[in-house]
Amino acid sequence: MARFLIRRSILGLFVIWLVTLLVFIMFYMGSGPQDVARRLAGKQADPQTIAMVMHRLHLDEPSYKQYGRFLWSLLHGNLGFDFYHGQPVTTVLKEAFPITLSLALGAAVIWVVIGVLSGVLSAVRRGSIADRVVTVLALIFYSMPVFVLGLLLLFVFFYELSIHGLHFLPGQGYTYFTASPLQWFKGLILPWIALALISAATYTRLTRGSMLEVMGEDYIRTARSKGLVERRVIYRHALRSALTPVVSQFGIDVGTLLGGAILTEYTFGMPGLGWTAVHAIEEGDLPVIVGIVIVATAAVVIANILVDIGYAVLDPRVRLH
Amino acid sequence: MSVATSIESGIAGPAEPFGVAPGEADARIEGRSTWELAWARLKRDRAAMISLTVIIVIILVAIFAPVFAAITGHGADAQFRTTGMTPDGLPVAPGSRFVLGTDDQGRDLLVRIAYGARISLLVGVVVTVLVVAVGAVLGLAAGYMGGLVDTIVARLIDVVLSLPYLLFAISLVSINFLGGPGLPIIVFVITVFSWAAIARVVRGQVLSIREKEYIEAARSLGSGSWRIMFVDILPNVVAQLIVYATLLIPVVIVFEAALSFLGLGIPPPTPDWGQMISEAQQGGLYQQAWWFLVFPSAALVITTLAFNILGDGVRDALDPRLERL
Repeated sequence: MARFLIRRSILGLFVIWLVTLLVFIMFYMGSGPQDVARRLAGKQADPQTIAMVMHRLHLDEPSYKQYGRFLWSLLHGNLGFDFYHGQPVTTVLKEAFPITLSLALGAAVIWVVIGVLSGVLSAVRRGSIADRVVTVLALIFYSMPVFVLGLLLLFVFFYELSIHGLHFLPGQGYTYFTASPLQWFKGLILPWIALALISAATYTRLTRGSMLEVMGEDYIRTARSKGLVERRVIYRHALRSALTPVVSQFGIDVGTLLGGAILTEYTFGMPGLGWTAVHAIEEGDLPVIVGIVIVATAAVVIANILVDIGYAVLDPRVRLH
Repeated sequence: MSVATSIESGIAGPAEPFGVAPGEADARIEGRSTWELAWARLKRDRAAMISLTVIIVIILVAIFAPVFAAITGHGADAQFRTTGMTPDGLPVAPGSRFVLGTDDQGRDLLVRIAYGARISLLVGVVVTVLVVAVGAVLGLAAGYMGGLVDTIVARLIDVVLSLPYLLFAISLVSINFLGGPGLPIIVFVITVFSWAAIARVVRGQVLSIREKEYIEAARSLGSGSWRIMFVDILPNVVAQLIVYATLLIPVVIVFEAALSFLGLGIPPPTPDWGQMISEAQQGGLYQQAWWFLVFPSAALVITTLAFNILGDGVRDALDPRLERL
């Protein structure tokens, strides 16, 4: 186990290092730094002023020196400085992260419950009307991009209700939990539903398929012939190993979302990591993009390691080495 | 009379061979290939056949998009500032002149949706073919050759699968890589981030296939690596690749729509479904003009849904191990 963790951590660090190199090449080797300097110096700036700005930001140094500086500060937890808004990138990320976290975790709870339960129901009552309804609904949500569902939800539950005098749900934007827990919750209802329904569809399909496969295995017949109640067979014996692919998918999905639920945040105008990334890209705010990409990669890498540990916990046959 | 003949000639279907002597059977039973069997199974899958019909209709719409423009007399980018917009400058609702209404610039939504099908289908199919080709070749090479090639490809797969792909994709678009927003970068970006999943599956399959006796036989007959990889091993994974490809098309279509929705896909004024949805979102315009949101969304969802149902059908048809309902 310990050896496994060390090996995976080294691989994880390697991936993160590779990403720092990649984003550095992408953003600092091209015309990016010059564009930044030009933007900062203002429209009317002459070449001398631009050169001065570049020098002040160390953007005129040879790239290996810049990369060294970049990596060095990264090791000290410093993700650089957001020149455009005059604040450290870590500050930007600290403000955006709680929003992404609220959105991703809330949605994750909803989609796992809906996805796994409907998947089990559908597999156990295979061919029933319930199975058909679940399968069709899962297919529809599976085929629907989150921004389409999000906008439709906004249209019906925000706009249509509001013009009929029912101001129950806020439209776009985000209220911090510390500012008003109730507004925070209300504002998250539609984003949660949109993200959760779209994601749940994958889990329904995954759980159903996996359950059907497991239910055909010999040890399930053994469990039944021992005289166990069907309920126990399903939940203790079948579901446990049927969940393995679900856990894997879940880890990767949550990991990816924690780096920014780009489409959901953009649709609902919530300034989380994903929204911030899209805006940084529109503005050409390089340090912020680089910071978010690195944080997002780290989230996925960590999620992957947790998934492998989760495997071993769920399925005793899995040995980590 | 008719009853007698039918009994004499045997009842059609699987019961037939029982009444026939082995020698005679050879002449009458025709061997059916895996593909014929799969097609026969697929034909019985009503949902899949309906989806296939829908997809054919969408393809026809894409091909004959100019016909929509000719019949309505509205070009894809033509703005009808007087007839296509209300006095307040808002889109016009569906009616006799504009069947599906107009967009924020007074353009005919029907015509634009028809043209938008071209981008979605083109990207969906071209990228899927590329992704499957790259994934299959790398997976084959890694699985069969082993050693350094396998190590490199396997690590690459790990790395690609642990990247936040949408974030990376929009970052690449933002630095004007391959000329910035447009078709080339969309094709590139989606291919780069999608091949790994296929390569992993193919690699896993090849690892077990290469240990089979017939591969050893091929090797002892003097077949080279390339011949073994592409002639002896590849056909064994083709069925899986086809299933994967069918299910990948809708994923790619949504990916493209998402990039365009974020304003980083196909640049305007080229009609594109994701971009139209994004325009409908701007300033909450869809609240005044529901059709501007609903029709492009419907086109997108119907297309992906049809491909997903067909993909499920193809999987069931090609994989006889799965019990059918």
